Amino acid sequence: MSETKKMAIIVHSGTMDKLYPVFMLASAGTAMDVETHLFFTFWGLNALKKGGLEGAKLPGVMRLGTGMMKDRVKKANVSTLPQLLKMCKEYGNVKLYACSTTMELMKVSKEDLIPEVDDIVGAAVFLDIALDADIHLFI
Amino acid sequence: MVNVVSKGYSVTKTLDCRELYCPLPIIKMQKAVKGMAEGEIIKVLATDSGSKRDFDSWCRKTGNKLLESTEDDGVFTYIIEKTGGA
Repeated sequence: MSETKKMAIIVHSGTMDKLYPVFMLASAGTAMDVETHLFFTFWGLNALKKGGLEGAKLPGVMRLGTGMMKDRVKKANVSTLPQLLKMCKEYGNVKLYACSTTMELMKVSKEDLIPEVDDIVGAAVFLDIALDADIHLFI
Repeated sequence: MVNVVSKGYSVTKTLDCRELYCPLPIIKMQKAVKGMAEGEIIKVLATDSGSKRDFDSWCRKTGNKLLESTEDDGVFTYIIEKTGGA
């Protein structure tokens, strides 16, 4: 029989193309008894800021095509990033952590973050979780 | 609409995942199976080309049984028995 497995992801990028796999894997995990821990650091932290997921763009010069990509997402009936986050929180055990050092570096305060953030933590918490996780990713 | 009714299986629930893409089909599946009793059978329709492998993996991971998997004109039909958790 199935037993709960753990997935730990360092979310380093805040661009749409990288945030999609993060939230797709996390939401798929809710359907497969996988507990997911997302640790947002550096540019990844932007995704946790209010309006950050909605405003995430494609990287580099491709950012100009972000609107077109969003149109395609809509037409293809693919979930948006905020919808995926909602599913993560509604259906499963997905934890969102903001990196405290990044918050200091980027001058982000707790009030700037979306309410879905579970905690503000440091590297020790990630290591503690990652040491007994079954899947580790850096995205 | 393609509606393959498998012979010999008494389907208690049908889940329409057509036009939905990964990861929505398995998320909806999880929700649907949660409300079912063990031994009950669900029929799932999907159009996502990755769903064949996804449902296979989902069943293996959650301990449910994929009884039948067919494709007709781009529509996949899965017959799954709830034999485990969800």
